[in-house]
Amino acid sequence: MRLNRLALAGFAALAAGVIAVPALAQEQAAAEAEHAAGGHELLEPAGGWRHEGYFGAFDQNSLQRGYKVYREICSSCHGMKLMSFRNLGEPGAPFYMPEFRNPNDNPKVKALAAEYQIADVDHETGDPTTRAGIPADRFPSPYANEYLARAGNGGALPPDLSVIVKARHGGAGYVYSLMQGFVAPPRGLNVTAGQHYNAYFAGDTASQWTGDPRHKPPGGFLAMAEPLSRDGLVTFDDDTPSTKEQMAKDVATFLAWASDPKAQVRKEMGVSVLAYLVILALLAYLSYRRIWRNVEH
Amino acid sequence: MSGPSTYEPKSGFTKWLDARLPVVRLAVDSFVDFPTPKNLNYWWAFGAILAVCLVIQIVTGIVLAMHYVANTSMAFDSVERIMRDIEFGWLIRNIHATGASMFFLAVYVHMFRGMYYGSYKAPREVLWILGVVLYALMMATAFMGYVLPWGQMSFHGAGVITNILGAIPLVGPTIKTYLMGGPAIGDPTLNRFYSLHYLLPFVIAGVVILHIWALHVPGNGNPTGVSVKDVKKDTVPFHPYYTVKDGFAIVVFLIVFAVFVFYYPNALGHADNSIEANPLVTPAHIVPEWYLLPFYAILRAITFDIGPISAKLIGVLAMFGSILVLFVLPWLDTSKVRSMRYRPFAQQLFVVFVLACIGLGFCGANNPEDLVFKFREDKLAVSYTSTDGKATTQIFDDFNQARALQTSLPPTAGASLEISASGFKWAWLSQILTAFYFLYFLFILPVLGVIEKPKPRPASIADSVRKRHPGDKKPAASVGAAPQAAE
Repeated sequence: MRLNRLALAGFAALAAGVIAVPALAQEQAAAEAEHAAGGHELLEPAGGWRHEGYFGAFDQNSLQRGYKVYREICSSCHGMKLMSFRNLGEPGAPFYMPEFRNPNDNPKVKALAAEYQIADVDHETGDPTTRAGIPADRFPSPYANEYLARAGNGGALPPDLSVIVKARHGGAGYVYSLMQGFVAPPRGLNVTAGQHYNAYFAGDTASQWTGDPRHKPPGGFLAMAEPLSRDGLVTFDDDTPSTKEQMAKDVATFLAWASDPKAQVRKEMGVSVLAYLVILALLAYLSYRRIWRNVEH
Repeated sequence: MSGPSTYEPKSGFTKWLDARLPVVRLAVDSFVDFPTPKNLNYWWAFGAILAVCLVIQIVTGIVLAMHYVANTSMAFDSVERIMRDIEFGWLIRNIHATGASMFFLAVYVHMFRGMYYGSYKAPREVLWILGVVLYALMMATAFMGYVLPWGQMSFHGAGVITNILGAIPLVGPTIKTYLMGGPAIGDPTLNRFYSLHYLLPFVIAGVVILHIWALHVPGNGNPTGVSVKDVKKDTVPFHPYYTVKDGFAIVVFLIVFAVFVFYYPNALGHADNSIEANPLVTPAHIVPEWYLLPFYAILRAITFDIGPISAKLIGVLAMFGSILVLFVLPWLDTSKVRSMRYRPFAQQLFVVFVLACIGLGFCGANNPEDLVFKFREDKLAVSYTSTDGKATTQIFDDFNQARALQTSLPPTAGASLEISASGFKWAWLSQILTAFYFLYFLFILPVLGVIEKPKPRPASIADSVRKRHPGDKKPAASVGAAPQAAE
């Protein structure tokens, strides 16, 4: 029995380790992000991210504001090809309304979709035409093709934002920091024409730095100019003051949701699955004790 | 432990079936009555855990295959569609992706258990070899599965691995061409990887049957390494004793599994794999999944040529050798004592070996040229060609002095100013640990078996159990039948 307890303790340690390992992994990811951003620690909004942690859920107001920032600013260059308007009305989404289980019936989503004119083909004549968007439509792409996109952006291709938060070390914190990282380049750092210095961009400043290479500035250069260049660029519907910081936080939250739209459903299910498994483990352990009670082992 | 069958068909139908296809007899003999040593600890539960892992991977994989599109222009989006639009697709895909890591976690525990308790020794050599075959098949399957989502790491990882295979002398280039299906990685590669990724799990399932068969001939080993002497005193029937004990372990394992699936689905992956594959952009650091990192470290540890053999080829040979050496492990370990519980010195070296394997994992995750720690603060090096044509380097603490020298030199000197870092490179740590890895198998185990004086072993399993509970006066109960449900 003593050895059993030892083994049990071992399992408990393993379980504890598994709780600790992801924490370490996240720390490692944060360290990598810091490394990627050239030794700069990422910014974090006051109070942290509401959607992180075991029970964290997205702040729906922040998601709605974030969509507006995307819609009015980002979407002029960046597509989100994996998103449909109906996604905006699904559980956990920015415009979810419990009374509309089918997001295609959600009036807010319908209205947002109808703001767009979608290219289509006239089914009678076969001629190309446009029509108002419906919830089933994908977010339209800002450019007809990659060449147009590059031509309009000095040769650089604005990346699709559908999974951008999943695809960057640091996640939402990276987007949030990047939006606020367009600072004046330090003296001794040459910025080539058409490029913009950002203190958090996952790049390298070494080639443009004329000072001591041991102290090169963090960050890197990107073709995008500061998108959230001043306060009040967007007028939020809920009267939240649209400071640069607020817009950055909201758009990062929106993009975090878009990268992982099932996060809330996932975490909620996790609670019941884990509760079930813990009870099952307890029952299995008691059965084990009972069945083995007369066997020396 | 396969002895005379104790199965007695009861009903008319089972008697009729038993005379024609004794499948019920096989199941009862293998998984119900099978005599199992009563002193197995929880490390022995990982065999059952692995069986569960394989079933989970196959079931979730079959569902994923219903939605996945093996086409380079659609694969990435089809995986995202599974995560977004397929009912419970996010759950199934998270289970499958996390499941690969859990499968390897379990297989590593299972293998280290086998190595510690000498489970590979006679008469279980074939059992062990089949296990190594399973491990190799798992690595191939996992690697091809990682390519399917067609992210940046998928694509560039596939490039690294096909290049490794291409470096094998004589047959390498041919294997590489057949695997890629063309001159570069593209649609033909993705399609054959998908096909093989679907095929190999069933090959694994087949070898698992052989593995269990090979297990059931000599029966389970046990922590003492002492063979079963008296079936009645030393063993208990598999059911219900080990079904319930393994069952408990499986549920605990599933708790760990679920924590990852529901709360850290991306913790074991890499952010770059959420960027669609782009042949024109190479990620800054190409790294495989965590479970292959030790072998990646061994591959990159070899940075020197030996005679006419290039470093790359030696690295490839070392990497394959690190797996192939496992096949001959039963003959490398010369000790007559199975369990390291009674081998004080081997025990300690085993711990070092496990730490070396974990250390190699860290080496694989880091750039070989990066530093584990620094010997001194970074300085500045100005390198130039002096007037007499010699390459010269001068080290400075102060930037202004270094810059002054650089600007004072004529342009023909081609002066460059760089950071001069001095420290312990990850490549060196990889080399030390790789050396220990091979030393352990090729020198320590063969020699130690001859020179080590083992501690006394118990006379039997029943004896070892009794010794562990000296205060326990209760006589060993008869274990033929399961206890009654109610007293």
